[in-house]
Amino acid sequence: MSGTTTLTQLDALESEAIHVMREVAGEFERPVLLFSGGKDSIVMLHLARKAFWPAPVPFALMHVDTGHNFPEVIEYRDDTVARYGLRLVVASVQDAIDDGRVVERPDGSRNPLQTVPLLDGITAHRFDAVFGGGRRDEEKARAKERVFSLRDEFGQWDPRRQRPELWDLYNGRHKPGEHVRVFPLSNWTELDVWRYIEREGVELPSIYYAHDREVFLRDGMWLAPGEWGGPRAGEQLETRTVRYRTVGDMSCTGAVESTASTVPDVIAEVAASRLTERGATRADDRASEAAMEDRKREGYF
Amino acid sequence: MTTTDHSQRDLLRLATAGSVDDGKSTLIGRLLYDTKSVLADQLAAVERATAARGGSDDAAPDLALLTDGLRAEREQGITIDVAYRYFSTARRAFVLADTPGHVQYTRNMVTGASTAELAIVLVDARKGVLEQTRRHATITALLGVPHVVLAVNKMDLVDFDEPTFRKIADEFAGYADLLGLQDVLAVPISALDGDNVVDRSARTPWYDGPTLLEHLESVPVLRDPTSEELRFPVQVVIRPRNAEHPDYRGYAGRIASGVVHVGDEVAVHPSGRTSTVVGIDTFDGPLDQAHAPQSVTLRLADDIDVARGDVIAPAAARIESGADLVGTVCWLAEKRSVLGARLLVRVGTRTVRALLREVDARLDVDTLQVDAWDSVDTLHAIDATDTSSDIPPRSLGLNAIGRVRLRLAEPVVLDEYGSHRRTGGFLLVDPADGTTLAAGMVGPTLLDALAPAPAAEADDGWLAGAGI
Repeated sequence: MSGTTTLTQLDALESEAIHVMREVAGEFERPVLLFSGGKDSIVMLHLARKAFWPAPVPFALMHVDTGHNFPEVIEYRDDTVARYGLRLVVASVQDAIDDGRVVERPDGSRNPLQTVPLLDGITAHRFDAVFGGGRRDEEKARAKERVFSLRDEFGQWDPRRQRPELWDLYNGRHKPGEHVRVFPLSNWTELDVWRYIEREGVELPSIYYAHDREVFLRDGMWLAPGEWGGPRAGEQLETRTVRYRTVGDMSCTGAVESTASTVPDVIAEVAASRLTERGATRADDRASEAAMEDRKREGYF
Repeated sequence: MTTTDHSQRDLLRLATAGSVDDGKSTLIGRLLYDTKSVLADQLAAVERATAARGGSDDAAPDLALLTDGLRAEREQGITIDVAYRYFSTARRAFVLADTPGHVQYTRNMVTGASTAELAIVLVDARKGVLEQTRRHATITALLGVPHVVLAVNKMDLVDFDEPTFRKIADEFAGYADLLGLQDVLAVPISALDGDNVVDRSARTPWYDGPTLLEHLESVPVLRDPTSEELRFPVQVVIRPRNAEHPDYRGYAGRIASGVVHVGDEVAVHPSGRTSTVVGIDTFDGPLDQAHAPQSVTLRLADDIDVARGDVIAPAAARIESGADLVGTVCWLAEKRSVLGARLLVRVGTRTVRALLREVDARLDVDTLQVDAWDSVDTLHAIDATDTSSDIPPRSLGLNAIGRVRLRLAEPVVLDEYGSHRRTGGFLLVDPADGTTLAAGMVGPTLLDALAPAPAAEADDGWLAGAGI
């Protein structure tokens, strides 16, 4: 009997994430799931389908669109929305720049600019619970994040005033105007996500697998060309076999050289990697020891 | 390809309690480093930070810097908040709640211990069992953590002296007995050098027990669910009402304890209405049986009223439910408790209004003394760290542990925490702003086992002599 009564690690993580999603459905009026088309948000959506089956997913998706998108990811997003009959809300960084709510940065990166349209989208649609795909293994400020993380009316995270989180009793109470960020994948690692993708047969945008792409090298990262920032003088475009470990703003999300073309290949590669996914692919996290903490305090994902 | 090797791997949740002085962060850094859970860019960042703090270029990286994530923590060199860490071996994956050890962070220790199956209590071999060691052990016992490891650290600084280790282990064992801790293992380690953390040390030939990691890999993760009674707190009612499923009605939740089978006679509490399980549904197909902690959807034979907050349990079980809750709480908020306050109680998936009728005892986690208030006028045992001049009577301040009596607006299932760790916990919430005020445990706890403590008994004996 004992062989059948212990859950495997992936089963335990799945059950926990489903429990978190059902708590949100039970406690909140207007939840929304942040959907970037990246693997973590895709796994979240998969878990949401499992949590409420045979009923449809009981909340909308929100995409914070930097305008610097990988076309493969937008195509994936639109196919997914159509296939499962979901409602999609787009919060556009370009719109925010056009009407002056944010200002384009000199370096062209729009990752930090996502915070304003994200918060404006949450306010405009009166979302009270916002699912994010953040994982505690990603970054050391995230390691201190709660599963239910209260944000004030300015969307701010105050790490010194977080609610203690005990047992599986998540406290989602909030005042009008406040909202709660919810992280069902808190306890997953990058490898767990990939092993789950393999086990569940989850489809991902093609950029996660090895392909030939024109790229240029900047700060040790392979970036894709675009009108927003590259290549600059002295940076050489060349064709490399690459894949992406994360999906973010195209201007600052680096590709890694890789020949991993299947999920098992990717798992083997991630397991052997000596760099974290953010260290390998996110220019914005290299800014300082507390870059993520600072952005999170302002209301970032 | 090692993927299939990992498919049967299970998950252990553990908590560490201690302070920077005990080498806790170094120990965690060592576990992460020696299980190859630290990657090159993280290590490079630690090396840069070590150098920036005045370490020489060839100094060993300060592994403590791996774990202190917030700016204030790095600046002050202390751990403020619970941090969660992940590492794994071929046999098991670990979720580690890294909690600060100082008295002002008791609430964080309580938080980390609430979900842990194992707690590592760290002591410095030079200092032995201290007041804070006893506090960590007490909280571990109070929260019902099943397994405890006493990690006697800095053995390198006492020349790996066996009598030093034995003395500390024996003293702790006596204290653990008093607390009712069942499974305690003492391990002599050096987190700095790695002795007996992952790899067996050649410098402790007199120690024949497992290394810390070997022990973490082998303790049982869960009690056998078949030995526990079913508890299924209902989270949401699934009613698609579409063409494909016009009449589907299922109750979604995570099995908190026990096992459920199709055909089981069950009762829905607190109403007590009975029915039969006719389906255990998941996205991946129906099951004949399911066990804790699986998330499933149950269908019942009868169209009875079932809503979020209800608890499904075996029809034959004797379930305690009622509107008078007596339990032990750890006060988590800056705002002190006030007698007569109107609060919210969150138990299982149910939230009900409540009145704080009484706070009648308080546990000093350092001395294990229980101070009982026997009348409204008695005013003693106030929080020693609180300097405010007008402390209300029979009140609990931040980090205080005490016994409360609550009157609830409607009856709820009241499983005793001692026998139902998954359903016997509750929160007290401030209805005004949603603050989590306290974490509670239903029914008798360690506090009741220790009370009343006559002053004479606590003043002499080994307790007072030990430590500091």
